[in-house]
Amino acid sequence: MSFLLAAATPTAPNIDWAGLSPLLVLLGGAILALIVGLAGSRAIRTQVVPLISLATFGAAIAAVISLWDQSIVLIEGALQLDPLTLILMLVICGGGVVATLLAWRDQAAEEIAHGEFFSLMLLGSAGMFVLVASRDLVTTFVGLELLSLPLYILCAARVREERSLESGLKYLIIGSVGSATVLYGFALLYGATGQTGYSAIAAAIEASNLAADPLFLTGVAMCTVGFAFKASLAPFHQWTPDVYEGAPTPVTAFMSVATKAAAFGVIIRLFDVAVRPAVEAWQPIWVAIALITMVVGNVGALRQDSMKRMLAYSSIAQAGYILVGFVIVTDLGVQAICSYLVLYSLGNLAAFTVVLARERETAEGDNISALRGLGTERPVLAVVMTMAMLSLAGIPATAGFMGKLRLVEAAAAGDYAWLVAVLVVLSVVSLAYYLPVVATIWRGETQPGTDAASGVPVLAGGAPDADAANGRAGWELTLVGVVLAAAVLVFGIIPQPVFNLVASAARGLGLS
Amino acid sequence: MTIHLSIILWLPAVAGLLALLLPGRFARWISLLGSLLVLAYAITLLVDYDRAAGGLQYVTDIVWIRSLGIHYALGISGLNLVLLATTAVIFTASAIWTLVDEPDHGKPGIYALLMGLAQTAVMGAFLAQDLILFVVFFDLMLVPFYFLIVIWGGPDRTSAVLKLFMYTLVGSLLMLVGAITTGVLAANGGEPSFLLADLAKTPLGSTAQGWIFLAFALAFLIKMPSFPFHGWMPDGYSNMPIGVLAVFTAILSKVAAYGFLQIALPLFPDAAVRYQELIMIVAVASILYGSAMAFTVDSARLVLGYSSIAQLGFIVLGIFAFDGRGADGALLQATNHAIVAGALIFVVAMLARRAGGSEKLSDMGGIAKGAPAFAAVFLVFSFALLAMPGTANFVAEFMILLGTFESKMVFAFIAAIGVALAAFYALRLYISAMHHRVGAKVNSFELTLREGLVLVPLLLVVIALALYPQFALDPAEDATSRALSAAQQVQASGSETSTTAQGAK
Repeated sequence: MSFLLAAATPTAPNIDWAGLSPLLVLLGGAILALIVGLAGSRAIRTQVVPLISLATFGAAIAAVISLWDQSIVLIEGALQLDPLTLILMLVICGGGVVATLLAWRDQAAEEIAHGEFFSLMLLGSAGMFVLVASRDLVTTFVGLELLSLPLYILCAARVREERSLESGLKYLIIGSVGSATVLYGFALLYGATGQTGYSAIAAAIEASNLAADPLFLTGVAMCTVGFAFKASLAPFHQWTPDVYEGAPTPVTAFMSVATKAAAFGVIIRLFDVAVRPAVEAWQPIWVAIALITMVVGNVGALRQDSMKRMLAYSSIAQAGYILVGFVIVTDLGVQAICSYLVLYSLGNLAAFTVVLARERETAEGDNISALRGLGTERPVLAVVMTMAMLSLAGIPATAGFMGKLRLVEAAAAGDYAWLVAVLVVLSVVSLAYYLPVVATIWRGETQPGTDAASGVPVLAGGAPDADAANGRAGWELTLVGVVLAAAVLVFGIIPQPVFNLVASAARGLGLS
Repeated sequence: MTIHLSIILWLPAVAGLLALLLPGRFARWISLLGSLLVLAYAITLLVDYDRAAGGLQYVTDIVWIRSLGIHYALGISGLNLVLLATTAVIFTASAIWTLVDEPDHGKPGIYALLMGLAQTAVMGAFLAQDLILFVVFFDLMLVPFYFLIVIWGGPDRTSAVLKLFMYTLVGSLLMLVGAITTGVLAANGGEPSFLLADLAKTPLGSTAQGWIFLAFALAFLIKMPSFPFHGWMPDGYSNMPIGVLAVFTAILSKVAAYGFLQIALPLFPDAAVRYQELIMIVAVASILYGSAMAFTVDSARLVLGYSSIAQLGFIVLGIFAFDGRGADGALLQATNHAIVAGALIFVVAMLARRAGGSEKLSDMGGIAKGAPAFAAVFLVFSFALLAMPGTANFVAEFMILLGTFESKMVFAFIAAIGVALAAFYALRLYISAMHHRVGAKVNSFELTLREGLVLVPLLLVVIALALYPQFALDPAEDATSRALSAAQQVQASGSETSTTAQGAK
């Protein structure tokens, strides 16, 4: 008996539980939220469950901080805990905290039950951890699915609203196509190299000179397409506006920050580590995707009445900017991406917070007309939204400007100054959709009740009962908005802390 | 005596913040008090600046963003000394105007805050001795104006302000890319530094200089505005409230002109010499186009708008003559034009009061009849605008043309036509408003005490400059020769090689 045990022990993988702690915390929180969500008392369901979610994200952040600056390979090379993972987890968990607060008293959590809602959000975050930390094709795919499946459900969380269901279904179908493409690509990569570990793949490419091998290149191409779907990069972005618009706003806010961080994490790791030896083959394709994404995002966002659609296109455009930091394949580029993700998410979350507040306060939904007269009616929210828009547009003294500054610097140092020139010209186009929002806030006088007549007719799925139930936005939205707006301003003036945070981002990647 | 530039820089913003936080009825007073304090500080600087020593004084230098090598570096040189004082004068005039002449337009606290921020940003651009800091303040200048126009602007304000923003940001964001590339290339793999003094030591290669210079030039030419980059100007001018427009037309355009001397020529001398004639063609085209338009448009505001295009053309011409006198004249003209154009914007508002609220020249006429003192004041400003001998504008334009004549004679000849045209449009503005048949809606009255409070100080500045232009020219001479030296060297070595090549033939 004992010799059997002795024979079995060496094959079990060595697991560093401390290194896995962020993942374990998130999974534990998810289970706990699910169980507590079954409680009979409504007060426990509606108040304690969000609190658990909040505490879990907080604990995950604490775990990330306790592991700061370490580089550990976990579970026999399946996952890698390095500064890149930790920084992105900070963004993801930060997004989780904000999304939890936004969803706390939201109709969406009410409709599919609080336990499920927050548990799914935590599970999705766990998937994001696996995704950004993975250094093996198999783990990557597991992470990808663990991230995607909860989000499909969350998008359809408002089960009584047609748009939300449509959004979930659309995301499910498109997302599955993306996953399938990625999986096929992985299969081809494995077929070409015979390896699943990222470093092993890189070594195999160099050893057998695979950079021009058709099988290998097809695999790379399919991975590119699949991840472009996931990260909503043009021309694979068509689902984004519909899904963003239809999904409950807290979920949209979470997706726009956390999913984006996770998607870029895996793109950076797969391309900068595993297939970097073939950089000449994939770099031009990614440059083209970056250009198309910037153009499509900025042009698509023009003339949108729905704030969420506008922010969806804006997030596509921002993804294009981030790609500029990616295609140069340098240490500075990865640092720039990380600072951009951190700084951009502040303004983005602030914008969604105000949109949500107005969805609850007015009958206009996420239409831009809901913001009319905000300057006189709700000056605090008006300032928050103004800071958010200025930051997204990259105006100096906001966090967004500093993010762009880093990208420009990295691109200039990486000999891609022309690409960044395209970036800034297109970001001037972005003024044409960010600034009218600011103008609407500050110039228009409120005309209660008559606004709908001038704009788009209120949709049938507008769920008037929900609006009637929630006349007030709730203090937590104001608080979140003010904190985020203050952060936008502070990091716009003193960005060095963020730059220090990301200074070692690329350490685990071996870039120059 | 130690003078901290950070105090003068942030004082207006702080005053604005105070105005916002204290009860609204104090807001305009606090705004005025803040700008008066800045003015006092600026005058102290004028007196205290060591003219004999020259160079950069009162330097503040703190590392701002360590990872990127960006410094919070401020300093006063002969280039920005007088311009800083001019800024203080114009903002004070605007604060007086807002306090005594403008009806309560609501939200005085926010107005005061935005004007304070605008002044801080403008002075930041003048004081910055770090390339990125300059670009940040240059872009930041626009933000308060966005809100000032959106909240208090004319009927087409939303589209006008969008146009203004998009035009100017195309230029300034490309300038940002150029600025960062400059630092990255100059560092050559080492620790980057964006201090202007460091950057001037390591000139870039000729190709990089080319496009970066053009990016900077584009940003400056759009901001001035200069033909053919003035597309935002007519709508923008028509929709700005008067107190804002006075500041905008007087000061913001000068930041751009200053940028050429402070940034573009010292850092990119090769490219400046290479594109000298291109920029001079733009300048001359601006002079001719601006004058022609100023002679034809009906709106008194736009007469001033187009005349600004022409006047800024003169300033650019003087700078790009690469001749000390031309640049000195340009710098003097920057101050002159700021004072005169700012004053005339207020005059237009006063004319409109007497012409039933219309700013159209065709609705005015005969206003002088009931307002002789007003007419006299207006006439002085008009003479200054057309550079009548005896005004500092004459001295400045004369020096600009002299400098241009020495280096590029053809341009000087064409530009001289502009001097004549200026007389046409300035007198047309004056005569069709003040004389001619009395307009249908005109109800003329004498200069009121409140109006006098705005105009008379500016009038005194114009007279002082006319009597003693040397006061403004003196510190400039040393500074402009420093600013031009790199470009002059390039030019000299270029002509040397061409003469040796000719000699070899």
